[in-house]
Amino acid sequence: MAFFGFNQHFVHTKAITRLLFTVGFITWLALVFTDLSVLFSSANDIKPDLPTWLPGVMLNLFILSLFYYYKLKIERDEVLNFVDLLWRVFATGLVATVVSLALRLVEFLLNDTKLTTHIVFKDLIYLINLGLMISFLMMAFSAWKRLILYQKSKWLLRLWAFFEFGLLASLVYNSFKIPLVEWLYGTLLGIFVVAGLVLSGNMKWVAFLNFRQKWTSLLLLLLTIFYLLYIFYTNSALTESIGNISPYFTDYRYHIFVLSLIVFVTIYSIFSFLVILFNLPTTSVFEQKLEEVVNFQRISQSIQTEQSEESVYNILLETSVSSVFADAAWLEINSNAQEQKLFTYKITDKESQEIINHLNAHHIKGVFDQGNEKTKNLSKHLASLRGSRFRSILAFPIYVKGENIGNLALLKELPEGFNKEMTKIVSTFSNQAGISIENFRLMEEALQNERYKEELKIAKTVQKSLLPTLLEQDKDFEIAAFSESADEVGGDYYDTLRINDHLISIIIADVSGKGTTAAFHMSQMKGIFHSLAQSDMEPDNFMVHANQALVYCLERGSFISATYFVINTETKKIKYARAGHCPVLYYSSLSKQVTYFKDKGVALGMVRNKTYTNFIHAYEFEYVQGDLMVLYTDGITEAKNSKGEEFGYNRLLESVEEVSSLSAAQVQDHLIKNLYAFSGTDNIDDDYTTMIVRFN
Amino acid sequence: MIHIKRLQEDGADIIALIGEIDASSSIELDLAIAKSVGEGFIKILVDCSALEYISSAGLGVFMSYIEEFNDRNIRMVLFGMSDKVANTFDILGLNELLKIGKDKVQAKKIVNEL
Repeated sequence: MAFFGFNQHFVHTKAITRLLFTVGFITWLALVFTDLSVLFSSANDIKPDLPTWLPGVMLNLFILSLFYYYKLKIERDEVLNFVDLLWRVFATGLVATVVSLALRLVEFLLNDTKLTTHIVFKDLIYLINLGLMISFLMMAFSAWKRLILYQKSKWLLRLWAFFEFGLLASLVYNSFKIPLVEWLYGTLLGIFVVAGLVLSGNMKWVAFLNFRQKWTSLLLLLLTIFYLLYIFYTNSALTESIGNISPYFTDYRYHIFVLSLIVFVTIYSIFSFLVILFNLPTTSVFEQKLEEVVNFQRISQSIQTEQSEESVYNILLETSVSSVFADAAWLEINSNAQEQKLFTYKITDKESQEIINHLNAHHIKGVFDQGNEKTKNLSKHLASLRGSRFRSILAFPIYVKGENIGNLALLKELPEGFNKEMTKIVSTFSNQAGISIENFRLMEEALQNERYKEELKIAKTVQKSLLPTLLEQDKDFEIAAFSESADEVGGDYYDTLRINDHLISIIIADVSGKGTTAAFHMSQMKGIFHSLAQSDMEPDNFMVHANQALVYCLERGSFISATYFVINTETKKIKYARAGHCPVLYYSSLSKQVTYFKDKGVALGMVRNKTYTNFIHAYEFEYVQGDLMVLYTDGITEAKNSKGEEFGYNRLLESVEEVSSLSAAQVQDHLIKNLYAFSGTDNIDDDYTTMIVRFN
Repeated sequence: MIHIKRLQEDGADIIALIGEIDASSSIELDLAIAKSVGEGFIKILVDCSALEYISSAGLGVFMSYIEEFNDRNIRMVLFGMSDKVANTFDILGLNELLKIGKDKVQAKKIVNEL
């Protein structure tokens, strides 16, 4: 929709431009016809058929159509840059000059025949030249308008509006030969000339040209001025020669609009030429400033685009060097207390190290030891270092979160090579680099955190998948198990395995530590259980073997607590060994008592040699129908309530007592319900694992 | 949160643990013991009378020194544990691997007898 509208507008403008051009041409023809007619009549002393003011009106209509033609063509064209504008003016001037010269050639070839001296022919030549001059002036006027209004202010816009509308209004004055009052004419002309002069002071666009553009502009302006002078000369010579014969022709010399335009266009052209000329030597400074801005942006943006801190350092080094024209530079980064990294530019590591050592040896504060001053010019200290080609040095600290992470040193072979401005610029750069690096580190940290969280998620999935989905069941017993892990992955493990038709092994284990390593050790425990339990081992023997296997994979300070059972449904006996795991809670249906087993055994991984055999023992007991065995991990007994009290062994025992005759699943539900009610929150901070065996 | 104090008595280094030892504060315990060993003490007493809680990571620290101390003949005795803390040591079987005294007097006796 918007595009369509734009397109339509564009076509509209184009049509109007064409129309204006045609109108301009027709009015010019009308001017030629009327002017020649009036002149011819007057020259032959005949009363003219046409009113004598008609050619003046035609001229003004011609000016008006050209005015709007260029307004549309130049002012609306957003693509044109400064040099393009100058080029257009130059081109128009060139065409005008070439046509005018061609006419001269024709005149020369016809050489003093009757025709060339005839007034009508002279007037025709004059009118063509006048048309060319006005076109050229209008073109220049529109172009200069754009240049002047490049950086607008309210005041400037008002002055320009006054100038432009004043000029247009003067056309009315000129059209209706209002009795030529000398003082009014002079005053109006004076006002326009002064306004034009004031407007010509606006040359801000010159500053935005680069060196090459300035040279091009100078050339174009010089030629434009030349064309202007030529055309003025030609026209003034022609009016002179016609005026000598008859005054009844359209003389631009009394036309306020044309005269004002001539003065304004010429003055602005000359001013522009001079301003550009005198700006040439300082162009490099302006370009330098621009480059600094660009460099500054580069440092600020490096955080988004660069892959490492190193690239930020390199950009800092590069930009600082190019901004102050340093001959060499280095960037010393203290990645940690001992290690220092050097980034160098046009200087060897050895050479820079020599300077660093020299400055250190003289206990010079400022670069390597941050005193109270932030930056220091250390050139005077460099003088005492023999064999160094450098005579100026400037050093800056780089701070990240208030900590000095490194120093930037810039070197020059000239003495006194750095000025105050340079100091400021590089100081800004190093500050920005510090911020960039800080941002970079923060982002890295966030990323690391994200990665860690992702890892934990995986670990949690692994841990869950390691727990069995189905537990061995038997006509002699039923098993229920529950495991809920905290956000930080723990390492609780339980499993069952049928050895043969009357032997079933059960294990519950808790890996010390949390996170991915705990999940990893848990998977090892699962492997050990599944391989060792197969071979129908005595429980103590199982533990000895498991310990032996784990010694090689558990790191210092890590251990696994476990209890391993072998249930014999034939003899109704259970053999077990406890390796540092929480004591078994047992309900005996005979005594109607819930008690904790009292036994001994050291956790796996605590004794890492053969003597472990002495620290693990096998126990045996008989079960009868109705007995209940409760296995759990320390996450349950150590669960805390809001007051910081632990769930503890007594509460666990009481919870089981309350429901000692119910099924395994019901006991479990009751226990978990009590636990959550006690802790008062669903956010547990350790794993809750229970395994309940009810004997039938 | 754990606060660790050290003082020397009769040639023995006494490390007093005040507060709770969990996964993060177990590092401080490890550092304190390592420091004591590094300073050349061969009699180390650990005062657990103000120790309110110890996690498996904290127990792992004690465990990790057992073998090294046996090899280097460094004697470490823990004392003054509350019943609850003592229970944690007992369940894991660490009471069989570590020397634990009832109070400082007994601990000193044990450390000198070894």
